[in-house]
Amino acid sequence: MRREVPIAITAVVGIIFLMSYFTPHFPLNVLHNSATDIFMIIAAFSILLGVLNLVRVNLEKISKKKRDWPFSIVLILGLLVMTIVGLGFSKGRNFMELGTNFRYLYDYVYNPLSATMFSILAFFIASASYRAFRGRNLEATLLLVAAFVVMLGRVPIGYYLSSWLPTNYHLGDAASWIMNVPQKAGQRAIMIGIALGVVSTSIRIILGLERTYLGGE
Amino acid sequence: MVLSKKMNFLFILIIFASSCSLVWADQPPIPPTEVKGSDTKNDAGGSITLSWKRSPDDGAGKNNIVSYKVLRSSQEEGFYILISDVTAGAEQFLDNNAKDGIKYFYKIKAISNEGFSLSLPSPAIVSKAQWFDTTKIYILAMSVILFSAILYFISKAKSGKELFIRKIAGLDAVDEAVGRATEMGRKIIYIPGINDLDDIQTIAGITILGRVAKLVAEYEAKLEVPVSRSMVMVSCRETVKEAYINAGRPDAYSDDMVHYLTDDQFAYAAACDGIFVREKPAAIFLMGTFFAESLVLAETGNSVGAIQIAGTARPAQLPFFVAACDYTLIGEELFAASAYLSKDPKLLGSLRGQDVGKVLFLLGILVGTILISFNILDISFIFNVR
Repeated sequence: MRREVPIAITAVVGIIFLMSYFTPHFPLNVLHNSATDIFMIIAAFSILLGVLNLVRVNLEKISKKKRDWPFSIVLILGLLVMTIVGLGFSKGRNFMELGTNFRYLYDYVYNPLSATMFSILAFFIASASYRAFRGRNLEATLLLVAAFVVMLGRVPIGYYLSSWLPTNYHLGDAASWIMNVPQKAGQRAIMIGIALGVVSTSIRIILGLERTYLGGE
Repeated sequence: MVLSKKMNFLFILIIFASSCSLVWADQPPIPPTEVKGSDTKNDAGGSITLSWKRSPDDGAGKNNIVSYKVLRSSQEEGFYILISDVTAGAEQFLDNNAKDGIKYFYKIKAISNEGFSLSLPSPAIVSKAQWFDTTKIYILAMSVILFSAILYFISKAKSGKELFIRKIAGLDAVDEAVGRATEMGRKIIYIPGINDLDDIQTIAGITILGRVAKLVAEYEAKLEVPVSRSMVMVSCRETVKEAYINAGRPDAYSDDMVHYLTDDQFAYAAACDGIFVREKPAAIFLMGTFFAESLVLAETGNSVGAIQIAGTARPAQLPFFVAACDYTLIGEELFAASAYLSKDPKLLGSLRGQDVGKVLFLLGILVGTILISFNILDISFIFNVR
């Protein structure tokens, strides 16, 4: 029963979703929306599980003075400060309004930290590109040349460098061709494969053949 | 006296002339005609598509139409209420506030600066829901073909017929990655993407986790699964626990192996990067849905020297994984991984069916390309979905 009930629920909901794609009629449309709502409600409640787990793991780290335990203090303090300020000192329901304490912490602590992580991406792109574009073999060399043309074709200097060439043969045109023909063809091939993979996996799940995600072989 | 009579005549003339001009100026526009409508097709009901022939004074004639007002009543001779305004030039309106099964009559009021005019009422129109969205009939046909192929090969596999499945380097490397971690005595970190359980990629990631966890348990290596969604945490725990039980090592399992970090994208990336740098894992698996954090994770993993196997069905993130990871499962390979690793004939059968579907679609693309290139027939309409 521990497996059969979740598998049955998955199969029923999967078939409802599948049918509601083709049938907009009641009751399938209502069932589809209800299933989505139920998922959202369960997901919202389950956040508590995650937070409790996070607190428990980090308190244990602090109490046992495991490696790097001071970081756990920072985490617990951050969690407490944001929660207390948000619940108690930020105009109640309107805690996200401009001028509230929570909004101050959000704008001047959380956002810059988040933006910092995002901006690190620029450096990682540089280091990854350096490795990917090294012309070690034919494929890598082709990638290097294509990337070089696309990058130059997208900036004004690319136009100036190739302005002496006949129309439609400028670097910008070459970059557009690379992006619209070989790149798009490859991407569409991948997309078709993905769509088929999704269908195949969904059938396996609906039929109950794939059940590892439920904790079973 | 004579002057007075002349004055009177002039006065009457002026009044007559001005009244004539007023009559001309106040003349209402010619009303719209042919107001008709029908139930909006292929929808869940509650909608009526209305059309009319615009006033001859709209864009021509006096060219003074400012807007149209759409009026509705449930009785032909009843009271019509305003339901919407549409701009001049419009000849269509979608009434999305209709109730199914009720007869509605519509009138269109043409508005100009000088006045207004009403059209005749439309015939009675009733909205209803459809049982089948006909714009999706070709998708249904394609789905039936694909489903049939998959089900056929699953049944064939069940009967014991051996199926050939091509090698997937990234999945063959799973053994190598787990073995390496065991030899080095370092952790294996598994990240099942950053989306929730309603994403099929997350489910594919968790499915692969089950196979990896079983290997980890057999090799007696160490596994850590930091997750960004609470429900994924619960599901991953069940999967890992079951894998350890199946491997005969239930004692080695601990709930702490799977732990929650945060739902926030970059906070999660920062936390994972911290774990990578501190723990220096021997192997990192990145399987599921990833967005901008994909390269942040993969490059950090690369910098600590871990063997990295990634898989995602998001084409925008694939180049990042290809550049930064040792092996990448591209798109469909992520979904094939579970079947490939389990060697379960029923699951392998579904892969074979999927491949047959791929061949059929490729043939369709080829035929469609030839037909349109030689101007024989344009079949692109089969992809037009509402």
